[in-house]
Amino acid sequence: METTAAAQSEFKDGLAAGTGIAIGYVPAALTYGLLAKSAELTFIETMSLSIFVFAGAAQYIALSLITIGTGVFEIVLTTFILNIRHFLMSAALNEKAEEEAMWKKAAYSFGVTDETFSVAAMKSGSIHSSFMAGLILISYSSWVLGSGLGFVAGNAMPPVVQESMGIALYAMFIGLLVPSLKTSLKAVILAVTAAVLNCIFTYSGALSSGWAIIISTLIASISIEVAGQVRRKGEIE
Amino acid sequence: MSTTMASIVLGMTFVTYIPRMLPFVLLRGKELPSFWQGILKNVPYATLGALIFPGVLNFHENISFALIGAAAAFLIAFTGANIIITVLGSIGILTVLSLFS
Repeated sequence: METTAAAQSEFKDGLAAGTGIAIGYVPAALTYGLLAKSAELTFIETMSLSIFVFAGAAQYIALSLITIGTGVFEIVLTTFILNIRHFLMSAALNEKAEEEAMWKKAAYSFGVTDETFSVAAMKSGSIHSSFMAGLILISYSSWVLGSGLGFVAGNAMPPVVQESMGIALYAMFIGLLVPSLKTSLKAVILAVTAAVLNCIFTYSGALSSGWAIIISTLIASISIEVAGQVRRKGEIE
Repeated sequence: MSTTMASIVLGMTFVTYIPRMLPFVLLRGKELPSFWQGILKNVPYATLGALIFPGVLNFHENISFALIGAAAAFLIAFTGANIIITVLGSIGILTVLSLFS
């Protein structure tokens, strides 16, 4: 069947597109597993967070809050604030999503992270659930297996490689962004505006990192859209 | 698993999944006004800018090391290399650098 073949090819594309994420998640996941063990979580607890939550930054912060004895409500609230940026990312992905059964979208939305969002959003053409399945499967596997390995084996990577691998996810973000920067002035203005705002919010301590990303993104996206419309109006009149 | 830990896992699962899932349900089959469509089209570029800076300056305690890594990634990506080459190339350059410094 043609549809099956198309879905298979989308799935493979997703796996390939997610390889960079899988590499980047390895050092982060190993460190998470190691930290969870030193925070005196059991193996099951460590894995449960990775399997059900699948949100790196939130899991790191939860560990440090658990260690200092923070209450359940505060931990959950902190997680919510940190991850509310994914609301904006899912809204942006929804614009590119193919018309498909709601359960498929509800299923793949579980795997929307900063990294899977970035890859899917920069993909040319529309987003099919099979692409998302491949993209998320490879990223999720890396995160979950890496968490377990970090817990059991500790961080077995040589320190030199571990330190260098810290660049991996940033290199991926840069690799996703640069092709657009070469062809679109608008992309340059958007990325630079949001980057500068995020630096200001972060270094001034005005906003926590979850809010800083979402507010920077919103201000840049809205103001540049408004500026574009004003300019277009000016040209018409 | 303790009740406390189970509550943490359950609560975190819920508050992480809801924001990821809700837009797909709320915006289902809806055509947003073109102004909002324009804003959402801008989001990926702005998000990437915010995800890269200032994080890339802080992933290593030595800022020169971090800057060299960022510069390497930009240069490799600028040549038109695909993402994996950019990722592996940046890791490779930093590994070689730390071996010889």
